[in-house]
Amino acid sequence: MELILTLFIPLLGAIVLLFVNRKKSNFIKYFSLSISVLTFVVSLLLLSKFDFNNTNFQFLTEALWIERLNAGFRIGVDGISILLVMLTTFISPITIISSFSAIEKRNKEYYFLLLLLQFAMTGVFVALDLFLFYIFWELVLIPMYFIIGLWGGKNRIYSAVKFFIYTVVGSLFMLVAIIWLGLYVGGNILQMPGGFTSNFLQIREVLSRNIIPIEIEKWLFLAFALSFCIKVPLFPLHTWLPDAHTEAPTPGSVILAGILLKLGTYGLIRFNIELFPHSAYFYAPYISILAVIGIIYGALVSAVQTDVKRLVAFSSVSHLGFVVLGIFSITVEGMQGAIIQMVNHGLSTGMLFLAVGILYERRHTREIAEYGGIARVMPAFSVFFGIAMLASVGLPGLNGFVGEFLCLLGAFKSPVLNSYLFSIFAATGVIFAAVYLLTMFQKVVFGPITNPNNHSLKDLNFREWAYLVPIVIFIVWIGVYPKFFLNYSEKTVKSVVSKVHNQTLGNASTLNNPNLLKYIESNLGAKK
Amino acid sequence: MMYEFYALLPLVFLSFSSLLWLVVDGIWKNKNLNFLGTFVALLVTFVSVFISLQYSDIVSGIERNQLVTKGFLSFNGFSYYFDLVFVFAGILTLLSSRDYQQTKYVELNEFYTLILISVFGMTIISHSNNLLTLFLGIETMSLSFYVLAGFFRKSNESVESAVKYFVLGAFATGFLVYGIAFIYGATRSLYFDELSLLIQSGSFQKTYFTIGLVLVLIGLAFKIAAFPFHQWAADVYTGSPTTIAGFMSTAGKASAIFGLYLIARYLIFPFSGIELTKFTSSQVQLVIAIISALTMLVGNFIALVQKNVKRMLAYSSIAHAGYLLMGIVANNPEGWNAIGFYSLSYLFMQIGAFLVLANLETAEVDFVTMEDFSGFSRKHPFIAGTMSVFMLSLAGIPPLAGFFGKYLLFVSAIKAGYLWLAIIAVIASIISMYYYIGLILYMYFKEPKLDFSPRLGLPLVSILLCLVGTIILGIVPQYIIDFTFSLIR
Repeated sequence: MELILTLFIPLLGAIVLLFVNRKKSNFIKYFSLSISVLTFVVSLLLLSKFDFNNTNFQFLTEALWIERLNAGFRIGVDGISILLVMLTTFISPITIISSFSAIEKRNKEYYFLLLLLQFAMTGVFVALDLFLFYIFWELVLIPMYFIIGLWGGKNRIYSAVKFFIYTVVGSLFMLVAIIWLGLYVGGNILQMPGGFTSNFLQIREVLSRNIIPIEIEKWLFLAFALSFCIKVPLFPLHTWLPDAHTEAPTPGSVILAGILLKLGTYGLIRFNIELFPHSAYFYAPYISILAVIGIIYGALVSAVQTDVKRLVAFSSVSHLGFVVLGIFSITVEGMQGAIIQMVNHGLSTGMLFLAVGILYERRHTREIAEYGGIARVMPAFSVFFGIAMLASVGLPGLNGFVGEFLCLLGAFKSPVLNSYLFSIFAATGVIFAAVYLLTMFQKVVFGPITNPNNHSLKDLNFREWAYLVPIVIFIVWIGVYPKFFLNYSEKTVKSVVSKVHNQTLGNASTLNNPNLLKYIESNLGAKK
Repeated sequence: MMYEFYALLPLVFLSFSSLLWLVVDGIWKNKNLNFLGTFVALLVTFVSVFISLQYSDIVSGIERNQLVTKGFLSFNGFSYYFDLVFVFAGILTLLSSRDYQQTKYVELNEFYTLILISVFGMTIISHSNNLLTLFLGIETMSLSFYVLAGFFRKSNESVESAVKYFVLGAFATGFLVYGIAFIYGATRSLYFDELSLLIQSGSFQKTYFTIGLVLVLIGLAFKIAAFPFHQWAADVYTGSPTTIAGFMSTAGKASAIFGLYLIARYLIFPFSGIELTKFTSSQVQLVIAIISALTMLVGNFIALVQKNVKRMLAYSSIAHAGYLLMGIVANNPEGWNAIGFYSLSYLFMQIGAFLVLANLETAEVDFVTMEDFSGFSRKHPFIAGTMSVFMLSLAGIPPLAGFFGKYLLFVSAIKAGYLWLAIIAVIASIISMYYYIGLILYMYFKEPKLDFSPRLGLPLVSILLCLVGTIILGIVPQYIIDFTFSLIR
């Protein structure tokens, strides 16, 4: 019930909002805020009832939708998705509060789309039916397209269209893969009456019997991976991201960085790793190479940006590289790190975007050169900005460190990648991050005030305090005591990883890899 | 006897009322009466389909010679489903046509009667069990379309489109009849069920049959505007009255596709197992698949560069015919069901889009370009939102009707082993996203330019019906899917 509420409260709110008079802009604002806060409270209930020792899906709800295709409304959460659901319900109220000042026109449409977006994003994380998943996945696009296109910056139309087309390209190929899988599993294997199934649990169970020929599995893997890697975005597919981020309004960027990108990494774990372990094993080195390139490339490009927002956007490419590396290390550490890093990136990069937004609202520019000496006029802001920046750099004690460390550790130990080079190169990304983020921070915050316009800037107001403080609490909490969060995903990740290794154990490539057997024996306790 | 009459109710009502209103119009020139009469006729037909459906099984079981119609008509449940689609399209078009005619200062009662006659033609197609009946249906429909396309006789575009449509349509009909003659010569039968048995047994003249089949396929390809016979469609749809363009490009197309479905199901695929002919049915299947792929790609590519929204929709309708052909290629119950579902959903979204356009036209302004739509959402958020729903649905974004239609078509094609066709359809859909989204972009993201004044009243009612249909079919598609599946035999 809690899960259904978490999913549907935003949708209900959005529908109610349609019938509100557009002139009552204050009511619209506070109504949407209370809806999203309510959702967060409900999701806390969800979290409290969640049993992290159980590796199966919990809060399962199932209702048949299109009987003939065995497509149903099937939702549930497990250790991998629970934290991401929480991240969604946590970030959403924050974006709504930050929208109060960032969004000046067409309030009604804006908050409607924002709530709809929250519904769709939560849906992606909880859907246990490929058909439903696809619907939520596409549904995410439309509100975001409008948010970028309507409330964005100068180049918004170009960015919105680019964002849309890029994502659609990937997802339609995923649709073909979903249909193929549904027909194969539902028709050939299970002999369902309609010859089709899109039940995720059913499909996963069938696929774990190593039924699909490896050549076909590779194609399926690629079709899914294309869609997810565009969303992440992985290195050569990332070009929509800086544009979308730069042009989107501040809350839009926060959602993009905070949650939307995680849909891709979540999909990689949920579908690519869980459903197609053989191909995951096969492609892991290639994807990891792209991830490492992304880490370094993103960092290098960030270093030369003159626009703060663009800099943060490119840093996302770099940070998400760690997540992908962690996932495709196919180790417990790496995947745990990936999950916690998804949350971290949502918090710290989200906060960086908020900080940039706060500056932008005051000065209406994002050029680094326009600022300098902000610390003198906005001390409180500078502290928050600094925390977000350091968390993003990966300073021990703050959250970024935990995630990146685990991802690197995973890649280091990974029997699948089987090379230290991945972690070594990826680790340089951390150093680069320190370089570009610290330089940017120094240029913006420290030094004398060179630009006279900056003399009269006002420090944070109450509303801004209100949405920055909760993020900082979590940043420090995860940094100091990550076990609380890691606990939620640990058991599930362990079972996923051991399933992958057990399933691929018979592979020809597996047999030549002594490290793998060693890893399995020492870490997963599997006997083979 | 009586059962057969009940099963024929929709056709009886349609033919009777179209003649009645033609006569009545000659005596009393009353516009209200005629409009209302046509509307009631369509409504009654709509209801009667459900009554007839009860008897379809019984009548289907009766020996051909004992029927009054002597097997010329089929009483398949699937035909009744298409009756519903056609009648509904007629209702939507009719509701918006009156107001549209009045804005153009030409209101003639024949307009309504012609809509009725064309719907009658379509129902004949959907009920045909004989190549001649199929031909008669297509002609009845097409002849009224020729007139409707050129109905605004003072407008050059309208007349041009009518002439073009007539000449090319007559040409296509020639192919069709010639092909039918060949098929009769080769097999000595025109009944679909008989033909399919004959072909399976292999006792027919192969060369003439092949020629006949190719000619019939060409004729039908003309009618559905499939590549390479698609050229006329854009001009005709652009020139003809906008409400009629919506009608022709949905119901007209769906009926021609139904004709192709009959040909494919009874004439092409029965000889799949036999190696008697020079070619096998899978080769024909492949040809149709290639036509389908090219139709989608060509339609979408040309639509991509259109500035005029009506023309863009016209080209996109060519692409949609390509999607529909996937169901023919698949040739399995899933495919036929998908055609049924897609025809209905396409009807809602395409007619809806055309009606929005019709609603914006005035006596002077004939065409609306993409630019004209700039900032449309500021003044008219509701209509802009409605149009966006139609566009998104046409683009195949879930959870709207168009998405499920495409999904079902993909499922059927992949199930039939035509994965490559599904992938091409995906690529075509991606191309189409660009211009569908492009219109939304103009409506929402650009600064306002022109000021339209959309009209209220009946046109808005039919737009609303389309909107509701598009959304309902997207959220609860299972009822229609189950309904069509229960009817296919």
